[in-house]
Amino acid sequence: MSEYLLELKNLKTHFPVRVGTLFERTVGTVKAVDGVSLGVPEGEVLGLVGESGCGKSTLARTVLGLVPATSGTVLFEGRDLRTLLSHELRALRPRLQMVFQDPYASLNPRMTVFDTIAEPLAVHTTVSRRERAGRVGELMERVGLARRLMKKYPHEFSGGQRQRIAIARALALNPRLIIADEPVSALDVSVQAQILNLIAELSREMGLTLLLISHDLAVVKHLSHRIGVMYLGKIVELGDAEDVFHRPLHPYTQALIRAIPSTDPGRARPAGLLHGDPPSPMNPPSGCPFHPRCPVAAPECATTPQPLLDAEPTRQVACWKAKTP
Amino acid sequence: MPLLDVENLRTYFHTRNGIVRAVDGVSFSVEKGETLGIVGESGSGKSVCVYSLLGLIPSPPGRIESGAAHFDGSDLLRCTPEELRAVRGKRISMIFQDPMTALNPYMTIGDQVTEPLRVHEGCPKMEARTRAIEMLQSVGIVDGAERLRDYPHQFSGGMRQRVMIAMALIGGPELLIADEPTTALDVTVQAQILDLINNLQQSLGMAVILITHDLGVIASTCDRVLVMYAGRFLESATVHDLFQTPRHPYTEALMASRPSAHAKGETLYTIPGLPPDLSTEIAGCPFAERCRHAVDGCRECELTLEDVAPGHQSACLRVQAGEL
Repeated sequence: MSEYLLELKNLKTHFPVRVGTLFERTVGTVKAVDGVSLGVPEGEVLGLVGESGCGKSTLARTVLGLVPATSGTVLFEGRDLRTLLSHELRALRPRLQMVFQDPYASLNPRMTVFDTIAEPLAVHTTVSRRERAGRVGELMERVGLARRLMKKYPHEFSGGQRQRIAIARALALNPRLIIADEPVSALDVSVQAQILNLIAELSREMGLTLLLISHDLAVVKHLSHRIGVMYLGKIVELGDAEDVFHRPLHPYTQALIRAIPSTDPGRARPAGLLHGDPPSPMNPPSGCPFHPRCPVAAPECATTPQPLLDAEPTRQVACWKAKTP
Repeated sequence: MPLLDVENLRTYFHTRNGIVRAVDGVSFSVEKGETLGIVGESGSGKSVCVYSLLGLIPSPPGRIESGAAHFDGSDLLRCTPEELRAVRGKRISMIFQDPMTALNPYMTIGDQVTEPLRVHEGCPKMEARTRAIEMLQSVGIVDGAERLRDYPHQFSGGMRQRVMIAMALIGGPELLIADEPTTALDVTVQAQILDLINNLQQSLGMAVILITHDLGVIASTCDRVLVMYAGRFLESATVHDLFQTPRHPYTEALMASRPSAHAKGETLYTIPGLPPDLSTEIAGCPFAERCRHAVDGCRECELTLEDVAPGHQSACLRVQAGEL
């Protein structure tokens, strides 16, 4: 039995890029997730940050089997999800749930709140319809919604309330692991705070293991025990949330933190902004994928890939500079 | 004399479910060369407010009920469509949130960037081309000459936003309106675009109205800020004063609910309740229902922005009375 609830070993998800309709041919590969290894112990909140296109959502979907992995292993409760038969996977699914970004798109507009939250119970358990109503009511109260709203449809709720419904649905089967993909980025600041509080409270009280994916470092730092920073399909830095945020070691993490607009108007805009856009994951740069934008890149960065190595006891960094400061 | 002076603007939407008072009596002015930020949550009316000025409100259902917007001696709200067209894209231009939907996918970048020149100045093709290349260079697209023939889909998100900025600035506007210009962009690219807007503003001496929901963006770019809620302005201050000494409970609550304002793991401050339904008439302060300082008088008063410190206005009754 592994010490981790979820463990990824050299996970890769590549998408072929095809052109032509009649004579289809493959012209390249998007390496959305390109060799990610990490372990999430039970009860931990692991935050994954990165810019759009860095592969963080693909990583989440690969873990759940929503997109097939190209190679590598996904161990959940010590079992490799990629080798399980479909009925074995189905039996495992209740313990592995997801909350999506856009609560306007992730709820079926033709299903009432009751139907939405009760559906996992109907599929995976033998709870009778009458008992289901009680369980749905409990779940709704758990996430801060009144029981009497059970018969309403998603359009009658605000964005924050919809995200509460989506969270209740994910909790319905008492999962061990929840993957939340940008759970608050579609919400306004004041509503965002409510949902973040709810997630923090649930993970604390129910001992949930949470993989939290976001582009917003402040959100991730607030909730996570550890943070992983992704760039072009690879994890470039992984460590304790406070350490990564206050003492970033990888030049990309440093740039990412510097780029957050400060709410202290007295402070001048910091120097050292990154130039250019993140490169295309279809044709990533050789060596370290960050070297074309890196302020401290040396010639060998363009040729030598940088593996994720221990820089400190609790921190891994994929940059040779981080080891020789 | 201010560059733009808006008085008592009201924009209502007449829908089947009643009248939605999206902008309900706002007044503000923009000085030459300054950056004015308008901050508010979604649905607060910040976009409708500036769309009204440029005649971009779909009508029906939208209707400008009252107000005046003085820009260089003429009232934008009473201009004929022809007069407005002469201003729009030339003297006042606009950049939008999502550069993919704001650019025309069927037109090359060259055609789109030179369009304002051809429409407003009847500029000859070769000259327009030269000026477009220069403009693209100043927004950071160095190989402009080769990229004029490209289409928007061949550019990344940040580059598209640069193209849109080039398009907005090529006519040399006196006022640039930027509606959430960086919301669709990644944080490292956002920093570049905000820097670019700031630099161009200083070199061209234009005024900017920046609309955003992000307090961090406001703090790093604006001179003066208006806080909008439920179609009205609740506070107006210099950016320094707003962040150092906010004088409206809504502004304070908004700042307190950001994760970065809290120690790690601490429960975040939340504003109870929801923003009010704009299709019903709101008596008094629209924030009163959610405000922890509200008293009975808040639901009856006439909402006006009044000076509470030099250059600092608040619409809060209790702040005005010196109670908070």
